[in-house]
Amino acid sequence: MYSTQPTIDVILKGQLGAFQLNINFQTPMQGVTALFGPSGCGKTSVLRSIAGLQRIPGVIKVGDALWQDSANFLPPHKRPIGYVFQEASLFQHMSVRKNLNYGLKRAKLPQLSIQFDEVVELLGLSRLVDRHPEHLSGGERQRVSIGRALLSQPRLLLMDEPLSALDRMAKDEILPYFEALHSQLDIPIIFVSHDITEVERLADYLVTLKEGQVISTGPLNQALTDPDLPFGRHRDSAAVLPATVLRKEEDGIAILDVLGTEILVIGPTLEVGQKVRVRIAAHDVSLTKEHPGHSSILNLLPVRIVGIEPVGTAEVNVRLALVQQNGFDFIARISKRSLNALHLQTGETVIAQIKGVSFLTTK
Amino acid sequence: MLTPDLWQPIRLTLELAGLTTVLLLIIGTPIAWWLARSTSLLKEVVATVVALPLVLPPTVLGFYLLIILGPDGLGGMFGGLVGVRTFAFTFEGLVFGSVLYSMPFVVQPIRNSFEAIGNRPLEVAATLRASPLNRFITVALPMAKPGFLTGAVLGFAHTVGEFGVILMIGGNIPGKTKVLSVAIYDFVETLQWQKAHILSAGMLVFAFLVILSVSLLARRSGQRTF
Repeated sequence: MYSTQPTIDVILKGQLGAFQLNINFQTPMQGVTALFGPSGCGKTSVLRSIAGLQRIPGVIKVGDALWQDSANFLPPHKRPIGYVFQEASLFQHMSVRKNLNYGLKRAKLPQLSIQFDEVVELLGLSRLVDRHPEHLSGGERQRVSIGRALLSQPRLLLMDEPLSALDRMAKDEILPYFEALHSQLDIPIIFVSHDITEVERLADYLVTLKEGQVISTGPLNQALTDPDLPFGRHRDSAAVLPATVLRKEEDGIAILDVLGTEILVIGPTLEVGQKVRVRIAAHDVSLTKEHPGHSSILNLLPVRIVGIEPVGTAEVNVRLALVQQNGFDFIARISKRSLNALHLQTGETVIAQIKGVSFLTTK
Repeated sequence: MLTPDLWQPIRLTLELAGLTTVLLLIIGTPIAWWLARSTSLLKEVVATVVALPLVLPPTVLGFYLLIILGPDGLGGMFGGLVGVRTFAFTFEGLVFGSVLYSMPFVVQPIRNSFEAIGNRPLEVAATLRASPLNRFITVALPMAKPGFLTGAVLGFAHTVGEFGVILMIGGNIPGKTKVLSVAIYDFVETLQWQKAHILSAGMLVFAFLVILSVSLLARRSGQRTF
């Protein structure tokens, strides 16, 4: 599906401290790609290498531009990237406005595709531009640093755990701006994270790293429901799918279109046409062989059992795919006892009762 | 009250210290930058050479400078090009000696300031399309401002207080090499105590103000220099 579209190709091979980095992945040059993995797995080094801040032998290609191979190495200031560091790292000797303009002034483009006013509006910076960085809160600083990176007119935005230095409140304050970035600007983003909730909320595409190796590359939900990856075995594992609000009803129920299927959620704050993500937690899905008739459960879906894997000693993951619906994959976490009582088999068609569907959005 | 024999050494001292400070800021900045950024082993050697005047008796430095500046040394060699036999016992020779003698006092604070900036702001500037030279000018220099202020004040003050080296390579020529510290020595030797008092008290106040201002600078920028 991505083969005809431009891609970002990263191959890196080298010694990095105690372990061997051996990275090879390709990701679409659109949407948000998360580099996910535990601390110390090499994900930040990969991001720094894409930026040219670190030099590990390998090949880096972004669209049709070659940034690094065995003979070439484009220095960081010649790569059209925006880089958001973990700490905002604003220039302390400049006002917010000067910080924002630093990259803008140096963007050697005949025409700016991202304007100052646009960024100020998008990131809610109008109150801040004439202040000094030391008088900003952590969340405000990080917003300025994102704006500064955007104004350098990047073709690729790189973000190194941009939320991890912030506390819960600052995170909640800044996340809507990230989502706005995602939906309003057409710049591919690669961000590094070790927090699965961030990834569920922001990523379209997931590259999973472990000890310097790529263990999976693919669309978000494919990774979340992959039996060979650890995500599905987590206590609070979930499937995450893109959705659009179709209708709203008087009683506060919103009807969402999820890959062509209608899903009902309690969503009095949603607006028709809004794009959201739905999150179906494995623990909230139960299975029944026959249609239960009247039920308090809002969403009953015919599904095919794709696979069954044990989780711990008493539970199993039943991997499900919506009947005649490609890509709508999710997991039911049920007890071994129920599995045996229902005689569930791979390939069988059953009814999935989804007790709660939450949607990930902040607006 | 300030007769010419008092005023002349003061003026000469200020000229010498001012010129030395300007030269040191020009020469010392690239040295400090290299010392702050390089990972080479050679940098320890260079740092040691720069710091030597801190430990050496001024007479030792003065002795070697005398040889270098003299007719048989580099001074004679280069002096020949401009029609001078020697740079010893000249104002130019004093400037040369003062630059070496005060170098650690200028280089060290600037180096500390460069090191305190760390890598991050420069990396940020690089990702915002700033070339290496541009990063140095727009990020490193302004961020190291406290180091430059401290270095300039200390370099100036240390040159003002120089005595041993001056005596060795400059002698005591009024208007040419007779700076404040030498003048005071001279007044004491010739029992002109009142003139010695005036200059000495002035120096005392000057030294106090210098150290106080450096401390205040350090306090404002949150960096330690002493």
